Amino acid sequence: MIANVKDKAVIVGIGNTAFSKDSGVSELSLAVQAIKAAIDDAGLKPSDIDGMATFTMDNNDEIEVARALGVGELTFYGRSHYGGGAATSCLHQATMAIATGMAETVVVYRALNGRSGHRFSGGVAGDITTADAIHWGWYMPYGLLTPASWVAMFTQRWMHNTGVTKDALFEVAHSTRVYGANNPAAFFYGRNFDRAEYDAARIIADPLQLFDCCQESDGASAVIVTTPERARDLKQPGVSVLGVAQCAADNQEQMTSFYREEFAGIPEMETAAKNVYAMSGLCADDIDAAVIYDAFSPIVLWQLEAWGFCGYGESGDFVKDGALRTNGRLPTNTHGGQLSEAYIHGVNGIVEATRLVRGTSVNQPAKAVNHALVTSGVGIPTGGAILGKMN
Amino acid sequence: MTTDEQKAIESEIYAFIGQEVYPPTPAADDINDAMIRQWAEVMDDNNPAYLDKDWAGNSLRGKTISPPAMMYVWGQEGFQVTKGRASNAMSNLVSTFDKHGYTGVLGTNVKQEYFKEVGPGDNVTIEMIIDNISERKTTGRGTGYFFETLSTFTDQRGEKIGTQRFKVLKFIPQEQPSAAATEDKLDVPTRIASPRGHDNKWWWDACDDGTVLIQRCKSCQTLRHPPRPMCGECQSMEWDSIESTLDGEILSYTELHHPKIPGYQYPLVCAVIKLAEGTNLVSNIVGCDPSQVHIGMKVKGVLEQVDEKTMLPQFYPA
Repeated sequence: MIANVKDKAVIVGIGNTAFSKDSGVSELSLAVQAIKAAIDDAGLKPSDIDGMATFTMDNNDEIEVARALGVGELTFYGRSHYGGGAATSCLHQATMAIATGMAETVVVYRALNGRSGHRFSGGVAGDITTADAIHWGWYMPYGLLTPASWVAMFTQRWMHNTGVTKDALFEVAHSTRVYGANNPAAFFYGRNFDRAEYDAARIIADPLQLFDCCQESDGASAVIVTTPERARDLKQPGVSVLGVAQCAADNQEQMTSFYREEFAGIPEMETAAKNVYAMSGLCADDIDAAVIYDAFSPIVLWQLEAWGFCGYGESGDFVKDGALRTNGRLPTNTHGGQLSEAYIHGVNGIVEATRLVRGTSVNQPAKAVNHALVTSGVGIPTGGAILGKMN
Repeated sequence: MTTDEQKAIESEIYAFIGQEVYPPTPAADDINDAMIRQWAEVMDDNNPAYLDKDWAGNSLRGKTISPPAMMYVWGQEGFQVTKGRASNAMSNLVSTFDKHGYTGVLGTNVKQEYFKEVGPGDNVTIEMIIDNISERKTTGRGTGYFFETLSTFTDQRGEKIGTQRFKVLKFIPQEQPSAAATEDKLDVPTRIASPRGHDNKWWWDACDDGTVLIQRCKSCQTLRHPPRPMCGECQSMEWDSIESTLDGEILSYTELHHPKIPGYQYPLVCAVIKLAEGTNLVSNIVGCDPSQVHIGMKVKGVLEQVDEKTMLPQFYPA
């Protein structure tokens, strides 16, 4: 059965804080700044919000956010699990709440001091207090305890299976940095970057080098989602959710699904893609631009394959032909991605995908963007969404 | 640092190997009861063989002896060292390391061997050389070199009493993540252990005892790893386990470079290994250069104590 959520929820406001290495303020402060910016963008008041969706990893309780913003009553709050896999899952929660009438106007937010506060590169440790502690215990004693190391393990085998080389990883790393260099909000704004610098950078976890990895960031992003009826009266042209799905596939672990018959793949994203296409009635050929979760360069390549832009192992050739560039087949991560704008756990990606449909990206492609794809982090339960102009 | 720069530094430091730190030097004082008594008090070692003349007189030795571990004490310089020491091969080696940025210093271990007993009235002569210097190593404390001095102790008849090897790490101090900062410098970090709960404690306990087990469904015999309370094939909650032979093949691997986590030795390679029994296990690959590790490589595991607190399977090229 295919869920009937097409055109039931519309993004009407977007907001980011400044991105930095040391915000100097609390994560709660970042959250309410981003949400206020999104509310202003939509032309709404805080009291119009009646629902919230964020990450289980987010440290900002909905009630604290509501009180600080002056939201008042909330009739929906739901959290999504699995790190960056939650990015579009929050949109999924918001869409379901709005489609069912549980809430009218839901804010999706994520705020973190990811550089000045808790750093993911510090690794998981024995004192983590989540139910995942036992799971990480199979890897911590061996030293396999950072996101880069887990992704490296998949990448090594995927490159071995497919013959894809670091030329393709570089093209992902380079194309996003060219976009970032033109985005005043990005860490890479105004910065040059070339193959020599890429090759010379330190190895993080073989085969991943420094520029294959995103930058730990302080910042927050938020989007406001509401009904089509409400959206028509607001300040911005509505950007409709045409399809949204999440999936945890068979034999899934968080970042370490090493026990599958073949683990160099992301079957959870293949299922999410199939379902989003079915909901929206669209296929890969209909997608004009994309924001593909890029905590690390190779994961963009796997997702291009999972969403059917090319076959398994063909993404290297696909990107080397310039597909991700502004005049290419699929302009991707036009804000600079998480590799070079900032790592806000993919919610800054929902902001950019909305801009692409509005036509307001700093690197807006010349062609019309009728349908933009946005995805969540992979290696974990994940998902994605297709956004389009509201009818 | 380029290879050439490293070679230049190494040619400087390796020139110290074999150099004499102290020529054979008799101790200023003969072995005597007063120093033995003070040492025994400080060490809380009340062995009558050192302290009790009556007891010792009736023993097979017929007299008291100096505690063997004291042999290094007799040749120690006295209060004069507060006014500075003359330079020697060891101080020159240390300043050579310091000059090239290897400013960190950590005494790692002392090993004494004893050949002959001596006692009050004997005199100890000490001679010390720089015995060996390792190749460049990456450690949890930083990158550097181990050097080892060899002291040889003889009595007034020129007969060998014992030897002492003292190993020192000179290293480039690395920035430690704040989480690892420790106030007690002697508190050497160990690997991060898995928490142990109902579903996994038995596995880690077996590991501590030297075996790697694989959980097996009692109902349908399906093997599963990591352990879970229920069989996903037949939903049985009855299980036992088999012991793995630790024969395996590498499915994927990564060499960890950054960040270097305190408690782990680098180079460090992690791999997903398909065991002969059919389940996969994540572990370390050791016993070969990381550049030799490849997908499809046959490996054989053994249980090893990898630090003061941790027993783990470690896999070697088969």
